[in-house]
Amino acid sequence: MKFITLFARSLVIAGLALVLTGCLDEEQQWNAKEIDGMLPDLEFTLTRSDGETVTAEEYQGQVRLMFFGFTNCPDVCPATLSKLTRAIKAMPADLQDDVTPLFVSVDPKRDTPERLGEYVNFFYDRTVGLTADEPTLRKLAKRYRTTFGYDEPDERGNYNVSHSAAIYVFDGQGNARLLLRSDLPTDQITEDLVQLARQARS
Amino acid sequence: MNWNLLLPYDFSPLTILAYLLVASGYIVALRALPGEEKPGPVRIFAFFLGLLLCYAVMQTRFDYYAQYMFFIHRGQHLILHHLGPVLIALSNPLPILRFWHRQLAPAMGAWVLPIRWGYNALQQPFIAAFLFAGLVYFWLWPPIHFDAMLSRDLYWVMNWSMLLDGLLFWWLIFDPRSPHDTPSLGYGKRILLLVLVAVPQMVLGAWIVFNRGMVYDVYEVCGRAWPMSPIDDQLIGGILTWIPPAMMSVVGILILIGRAMRDDRPRPRRHVAEEVTP
Repeated sequence: MKFITLFARSLVIAGLALVLTGCLDEEQQWNAKEIDGMLPDLEFTLTRSDGETVTAEEYQGQVRLMFFGFTNCPDVCPATLSKLTRAIKAMPADLQDDVTPLFVSVDPKRDTPERLGEYVNFFYDRTVGLTADEPTLRKLAKRYRTTFGYDEPDERGNYNVSHSAAIYVFDGQGNARLLLRSDLPTDQITEDLVQLARQARS
Repeated sequence: MNWNLLLPYDFSPLTILAYLLVASGYIVALRALPGEEKPGPVRIFAFFLGLLLCYAVMQTRFDYYAQYMFFIHRGQHLILHHLGPVLIALSNPLPILRFWHRQLAPAMGAWVLPIRWGYNALQQPFIAAFLFAGLVYFWLWPPIHFDAMLSRDLYWVMNWSMLLDGLLFWWLIFDPRSPHDTPSLGYGKRILLLVLVAVPQMVLGAWIVFNRGMVYDVYEVCGRAWPMSPIDDQLIGGILTWIPPAMMSVVGILILIGRAMRDDRPRPRRHVAEEVTP
């Protein structure tokens, strides 16, 4: 009998603790999917569109938005890039500089650094175009539990590439924080980015 | 042939160690057992085939495709939860288990008891059936499925839980000991369990097949292994969740009916026994 009352009491205490921590956490409401602890920190060594080799440290302190694509992409990548551009430009002007989109091309055969640079600048000039040889890209993709694949080329040498449609958001310290699905409304992306950029400053 | 395909996509030392332990444990016991207890070649083959199938879907290139294609992921679970454990249970590894029990039980001392309690609780027929169908539902519940495919740790927990639960359940169903002489589950109850677990799996599979929207968008988010239409991927995955598990239940029921017919004995008549003992 004693055990039962003890058990009931600890249940009540645990329940109260849960409610209390729930109240304290209420400030942090995210629209995107939270992925704290589910994915490893941001780490890469890739070639930038200006031909330089860069690592994640280059953009330390910035909220980094990494996503995968290719410049011949018919719909997903342009849609993502323009949506992201709109979301960032809707942020308060002083916070916009704290956000860096990283576009990783998984089609190194066709996407030369120059071509990549032109492509990403067309949307938003702060977007960093990155690529590497296929094994390096495979390693990076595996680290973030994603992949990409190539279709058979048609008679004109065009081929489709399957790749992740999501945006991986890392905070100033490089911790994986949010996963933006492609169907998330632009204003909700803005809200999340503002919150993250404010956190990075404080 | 590209031998790299046989190498693990996501190398897991613990998984390889576990498989090595089981395989070497089987061989050591096989050599030590006296001739009349040794399993025959068909049983040894069935055991290793089941083991090899489970290993192959966890630690070869197959695992890569299972992570990035829904229908291959369903194929992986079909082997981990059904085919592999069924082969292992049908191979009747009882003599091997007994051998290791004799070797290890004295050394484990007081630890044997809690393990036995835990095992008995898990093998309570309704708990076992609930766990078997429940785990399929749990890991296929869309938000959980998303996390499991995204988080590497959770992914391993998912695959191992499916395999271990598959082994427990199919061992309960195909326990070679006759319910007439041992406390193992009666044939009727075993058949009932197979029906009980088949129905929810069929419902879930049909729900996936006939769903017009995208149920599992994680493969969209994480990229597919090759550009395949998401609807086709989901459709084939749903069929693999629906039909083969139902067929496994049917085959299981047929095997059990066969066993029950061979093992048919008249009910012990109590009053006769009472007459004999004064």
